[in-house]
Amino acid sequence: MTGAVLSKSPTGISGFDDVTLGGLPAGRPTLMCGAAGCGKTLFAMTFLVEGVLKYGEPGVLVSFEESAEDLAANVASLGYDVMSLIDEKKLAIDHVKIDPAGIEDTGEYDLEGLFVRLDHAIKSVNAKRVVLDTLEALFASFPDAVLLRTELRRLFDWLKERGVTAIVTAERGTGDPNRLTRHGIEEYVSDCVILLDNRVENQVATRRLRIVKYRGSAHGTNEYPFLIDTTGISVLPITSAGLAHLTSSDVISTGIADLDSMLGVGGYFVGSSVLVSGLAGTGKTTFAAKFVEARCALGERTLWYAFEESPEQIVRNMRSVGVDLAHCLDGTLRIESARPSFFGLEMHLARMVRDIDLFKPSAVVIDPISSLRGVESEVHATLLRLVDLLKSRGITAVFTSLSSIDQASSLNDRSISSLMDTWISLSHIETNGERNRLVYVLKSRGMDHSNQVREYQISNEGIAMVPAYIGAGGVLTGSARLAQEAQERDQSAARDELVMQKKRELARRRKAVEQQVAELQSALNAEASELDALIEQSDEHKRLHEADRDRMAQLRRTKE
Amino acid sequence: MTEQYSSAPAELEPDATGTPGACLYSLRLYIAGETPKSMAAIRNLRALCATHLADEYSIEVIDLCINPRLAAADQILAIPTVVRHLPAPLRKVIGDLSDTERVLVGLDLRPRAGS
Repeated sequence: MTGAVLSKSPTGISGFDDVTLGGLPAGRPTLMCGAAGCGKTLFAMTFLVEGVLKYGEPGVLVSFEESAEDLAANVASLGYDVMSLIDEKKLAIDHVKIDPAGIEDTGEYDLEGLFVRLDHAIKSVNAKRVVLDTLEALFASFPDAVLLRTELRRLFDWLKERGVTAIVTAERGTGDPNRLTRHGIEEYVSDCVILLDNRVENQVATRRLRIVKYRGSAHGTNEYPFLIDTTGISVLPITSAGLAHLTSSDVISTGIADLDSMLGVGGYFVGSSVLVSGLAGTGKTTFAAKFVEARCALGERTLWYAFEESPEQIVRNMRSVGVDLAHCLDGTLRIESARPSFFGLEMHLARMVRDIDLFKPSAVVIDPISSLRGVESEVHATLLRLVDLLKSRGITAVFTSLSSIDQASSLNDRSISSLMDTWISLSHIETNGERNRLVYVLKSRGMDHSNQVREYQISNEGIAMVPAYIGAGGVLTGSARLAQEAQERDQSAARDELVMQKKRELARRRKAVEQQVAELQSALNAEASELDALIEQSDEHKRLHEADRDRMAQLRRTKE
Repeated sequence: MTEQYSSAPAELEPDATGTPGACLYSLRLYIAGETPKSMAAIRNLRALCATHLADEYSIEVIDLCINPRLAAADQILAIPTVVRHLPAPLRKVIGDLSDTERVLVGLDLRPRAGS
């Protein structure tokens, strides 16, 4: 048998076949153990019915506890019509009633009767799958435990010889935690052992499944949560997907134009995880709603997990800020509301995974993650897996988180901040008897984002950013900003007035000086013209004098 | 006494001799093949009935290897099993019936006074 790959028999239970890389070991018995109410019988029934419906493998159920009618009624709600499968000879159910009083034994005996019945049932439908539920009930009926064990060993060998894929269910042992089953059946079934568990922690029950061993096959070793609801069993192979997910450089709008510009690249990266954290009443849900509105407007499917509000309430409340989600519901938008305490963390995660795989959204909102209660390490692990899961599917996710104390990052934020690609922090300051909201991008990987604290206002038109006013005492917002602006305006007007005044004064003085200059000039001119007149007078005088002297000289000459 | 050995493909007909009402005790022995245990059980049951029940009994032997469908009716798991159908209530014992005391107690076959 060199290189022979263990052939597997798919169960048809979503997720389980992934965890086991194909299903249960074909042709071998598998032990399924768990305490009462874990879903063993339902698991086994699903294995049989899906075997018939999906894989064309008829099955036999030997039930030691419930009648065929009861079993059929139990799975009827899942859409399984067991009775008609029985009529079609694709399924056989043999109800083995166990006499609770015990039976008197009068000498040597064996359990050939059980073998005969099983053989008959297998032959009647040509079964490939067999379920024995719950085999250990035999221990109540037959006092000779040694003989019973011998017979069980023979039974498992016999099942293997037949080559049927079998599930044997057994009750979880009480007391010794190392014992998987009450009567130690695990000693005989060595190929595959599956443990179902329904633990209650913090008053919340979570179903979990673990593959204790699976000889000859790789398998997931974690505890996997599983769901039992109207669609049957789904196992959720949620593991850390690693960091190999595709990274997109595409950007999608946040739904708020100003926030888009604050982020530098114009929005969130596709497939990134965004945390919007803030105190109560800072509009976290509104930020998320604007994003959802933008996604829905593009016809993209969006899934909204609301832990605090019902879908109707969200629609009504968001209408007041100008976001109309009502027309998106039933179409691109789906709102899933559930109280956080309704399920355990695992179950929330499991539900989300299932919904996401069914609805296939391109964006998811979880509002708020802070209401997921539990041990912090568990909350962190859950969110880590959720983030990984969303990333691996390329889904953009917006998480809101309520900061519980008045500081930028509460404990819860800090522990998950490393998971987030973009963190938008909302806060408010209270001054002058009013509260004003501030937003800043605390971090945003791969973006040249704004370092500015911006004030924003939520009105019936949505979210609008206001440039924050940085004053001497820090950022001024609201009416303080308006007052400061008014004051600045006044001061500026006063300065303008002063300048005008100075200008007028200067003009006046210039005029006066120019007048003086003109006066002096004219005085000077007057003096100059006076001097000219004087010079002329003097020249005239001089000429006359010379003329007189000439005449006198002539006169003297004539007398000689 | 009446005794019927059921074999394929005969249906269960406890009253093959036509005297059902006359039998106070109606016993059915289930076996699977002619194994030593089964043979011992048949032997032991016959001897026991003959000793303790005089003529007021009927024994029906059912071989499940021949008629496996019949196992479900009396909820047979262990082989051999004796089922007392009459008188009511139904009682069962398992084993090769070698322990006579336990058979008598288990099937509530009271030895008749004076026998």
